[in-house]
Formats: sequence, structure tokens, C-alpha cells
Amino acid sequence: MQPQPSLDLWADVEQLLAFHFMQNAFAGGTVVAVLSGVVGYFTVTRGQTFAAHALSQVGFPGAAGAALVGASPLLGLLAFCAVAALGIAALAGRPTQNQRFATAAIGSVLAFALALGFLFASLYPGFVETVFSVLFGTLIGITDTQVLVLLIVAAAVLAVMTAIGRPLFFASVDPDVASARGVRVRLLAVVFLLVLGLAVAASASITGTLLVFALLVAPAAAAQQITPRPGLGIVLSVVLALAVTWLGLSIAYFSVYPVGFYVTSLGFAVYLIARAVRYGRGFALRRTAVPA
Amino acid sequence: MIAKPTLELHNAGIRLGGRWIWRGVDLDVAGGEFLAVLGPNGAGKSTLIKAILGLLPLSEGSISVLGRGVSRGSSAIGYLPQRRSFDTDLRIRGRDLVRLGLDGARWGVPLPFTPGAGEARRRVEELADMVGASAYLDRPVGEISGGEQQRLLIAQALISGPSLLLLDEPLDGLDISNQQSISALVQTVCRAQGVTVLLVAHDVNPILTYLDRVVYVAAGRVVAGTPHDVINTRTLSALYGARVEVLTTTDGRLVVVGQPEAATFHGTR
Repeated sequence: MQPQPSLDLWADVEQLLAFHFMQNAFAGGTVVAVLSGVVGYFTVTRGQTFAAHALSQVGFPGAAGAALVGASPLLGLLAFCAVAALGIAALAGRPTQNQRFATAAIGSVLAFALALGFLFASLYPGFVETVFSVLFGTLIGITDTQVLVLLIVAAAVLAVMTAIGRPLFFASVDPDVASARGVRVRLLAVVFLLVLGLAVAASASITGTLLVFALLVAPAAAAQQITPRPGLGIVLSVVLALAVTWLGLSIAYFSVYPVGFYVTSLGFAVYLIARAVRYGRGFALRRTAVPA
Repeated sequence: MIAKPTLELHNAGIRLGGRWIWRGVDLDVAGGEFLAVLGPNGAGKSTLIKAILGLLPLSEGSISVLGRGVSRGSSAIGYLPQRRSFDTDLRIRGRDLVRLGLDGARWGVPLPFTPGAGEARRRVEELADMVGASAYLDRPVGEISGGEQQRLLIAQALISGPSLLLLDEPLDGLDISNQQSISALVQTVCRAQGVTVLLVAHDVNPILTYLDRVVYVAAGRVVAGTPHDVINTRTLSALYGARVEVLTTTDGRLVVVGQPEAATFHGTR
């Protein structure tokens, strides 16, 4: 029978966390939300959301290939996304120039990845169920081991981000000046793509590969609409990603519809509200401004 | 004690794609001088700036800043690259942009609420005050005008206390009143702080009255001297190896006529 929410919030939380699979979903979701919030902020600042999208699609053959050989889908996701990140870094050339060239390179990697995924899916009989959960995420798939792997990946990525945060920000905002001041812009671009690949893979394990934007881009983009302060922006991005994840998981538990739909819709709503808030604020500013 | 020249080039030359951009360049720049780097498109003005920054290695000769060989990332040099303007979507504040000049290249992340953060904040505000950018320090960079962005970038270039400031076409894309006010600001910085300035310009006239010397890059060679020693019919004709005429308008503006297009390597200015 479908569980029903009550008006007693505490009872609802107890109900949500009563089953082990839901505890794992919340633990994994929390880890992924923090990771996505931080990495997403830099993805949006660097204008690399298309690379994030392509990497998420690469997750599909990764997870499908892993299922084909009987390995954990999460490991397949991580491995394929990491390799594709390095592939994009190698093909896309210098990040400061040739933006058109870079998008073409990313698009080519994306198409090849989807083709591979299609091949793997057709090689594996009875794969439709798995394909569906790989593409759109699932509540019940997250094991204890996966939570542990997500935790290790997140800790490693956040450690790297703490080490490179400031020069990466400089290189993202103004690569020419950063390079002249001794920032290793190219090296940082490669390291960040690798970080992005891992974050995408981790995020895809909750939302599915098609809906990675929900956690990786929407909260960060919303945060940047709300504040131009970098520190506050990162914190806000994490908070929004957490809110979207927790709320999405909770609603999905009490509903028959899939979790990916709720997390993504909430992410989209947060982004729309942030845009509206900024527009409204700009409107208020223009109205109060005294004409010169 | 004789002060070392801020910038010294000796028989310097750069070859790119099998072609000499310029060679045989000798230049001594003293502390606190204000120089314009002039020349047609594609003559290698930006190449000269990049060589001084250590971003492009010399093919021959030597270059030194404050008596030392150049290397990428020197805090003795402030740099403002050639650009149009920041993306209107760039959601960071002016003060964040200026702050990057102070410690942006350092590993790690800046921590809030520390004594270092307070000190950095004071430095940023001091520099913003100096360049007249205090009013829009908290506005998103993408929302302010090109002239305002240019002031912030000059503050960013100056915040590490450099001895040499390299400005690559800072007046490009600005309207005339902004060209005048940015030129005046650069001269103030040069005189008041004793910072040596090399400013790449397309047109010498907005800065003509402020300049000590000009460095003219054309036809694979570089000539330096006072504006009137260099920008005249005889010197420029000899430099180009073709008849070039310099006219002086009644209000003192210099106009170069018949200047041939650069025949050197294209793509790297």
C-alpha cells in the first residue's frame, strides 16, 4: 500500500526514515547535493553547463556497460564520466578560445557516448527496467556500498576544490589575466573537467543521467541569480541542492511517480523563482532610481 | 646609487610561425615613465606586451624587468589584457574582481572572518577609491559600463603594488569622455605612485599630452622616442620604408596618413 503523509511532521520524518533503502537514499542524496552544489557553482561560472550535460549522457553507456559485465552501475558511471572528461579536455583545446570548437568537440563525444549506450542496452536482454532507472534515477537502488563510494568520491572532490578554489575562480572569470599572474589555466581546466565528471556520475546515481541538471546546474544558477557574492553563492547553491533533494525524495516516497521527476521539477521551480526574484528586484530598483 | 631601469630589452626578437614579428629591439624604460605602444594592427604590439609578461619566449636577445629575467606570474607587473568587455551574465561583484589581483593566483580558498580577509577588504576599498570605482564596487560586473569595468581592472592590476603596468588597448571601445578620464587616471597613477606604464593604443591623441615617450611598432621594427621625435613624416617613412605623412591639426592632434597595413604575421597582435 502507498504510504500516506500526515500533518504531524515528526511522524512523517519517522515514516520516511523507517526503511533502510530510504535511509540510504537520504544519505546518498545529501552527499550528492553538497557535492553538486559546490561543483555546480563553478560549472555555471565557467559557462560549462553543456559539458556537464554531455558528461551526464556519457554516464548512460557507463552504467549500461557495467550492468552488461555484472559490475556496479555506479562504478561504470564514475569510470566512463572520468574518461569522457579527459577526452573532452583533450579534444576541446584551450578553454580561453574557440568556444564554438569546444562545443562541437563536446557534442561529438556526447553522440558517441549515446551510441555506445544504445549498443550496450541492445546487447543486454531484459535491460529496459535498468535503462529506465539509469536514465531517470530510482529511490530503491542505493546500497550501503554505494553510499560509501559516494562519500569517498565527494570527500576527494571537495578536497580538490578546496585546494584549487581560488585560482580556479580567477581562471574562470578572467583566464588571460589569471594566466599572466601565474595561474595554470590549462591544468585547472583539465582538473575541473575531471571533478565535473565525478560530480556528474555521483549526481546521476540519484537523479538518473538525463536529469543531472536538476542538482548540478539549477541550484547553482538560481544561487547566482540571487547573489553576486561568490562565498554566499556557493553556500546558497548547496542549500538549494539539499532542499531540492530532500523534498524530492520525501514527495517521491509518498507518491507513485518517480523521484527524478520531483527532484528535477523542484530544481526547475527554484530556478524560475530565482529569476523572478531578480527581475522583481531590478524592477524595484529602476522604479526607485531618481532620473538624472 | 643608480636605479636599475624598470624594463630593459636588448636586441630582442620574436619569431612566430616562421616569420619575425619584430627583431633587433633595444629599449630602456626608467621608473615612473609613461609610454605608449603604437603601430598598425598586426604589427606585434600585444606580442611585445606578452613577451614582457613572460607569456611568449624571445627567439633572440634578452628582456629584463627590474634587473631580472621575466617569468610568468610576476607580481611586479600589473596587466590589463585586450578585451571587449565582460559577459553581461557574469554574476560577481566589482570587489571580487579587484580582490583577484591581490591573491587570486594563490592555491586554496579565501576564508571569511579572518584578519587576512579584513586586510584584503581594506586594500580593495583603498584601490577602488584611488581609481574612483567605490560607487559600484558591490554591483555585478556584468551590469556596469565598459569604462567602469576598465577602472576596476586597473585597480585589480595595481592592487599587488606592481612597478610596471602593462595596459593593452584600455581605451578601445570607450566613448571619448571615458577615454579622457581613463587616460587621466593612468597618468595620475603613473605620477603619484611612480609606476611605469606601457599603454598600447590605436590612436595616440587621447594620451598625447600625458606621454613621456612612444614606442612605435611597425614593419618588424620598433622605434622609441618622444612623441614628436617619432610621430613625424621622416621617422615613420623610414620605419615603414614607404612614404607616410604625419599631419598636425589645428588643435594639436596628430594624424598619420598613408600608413601601410602590417605585412607581418596576422592573428597575433
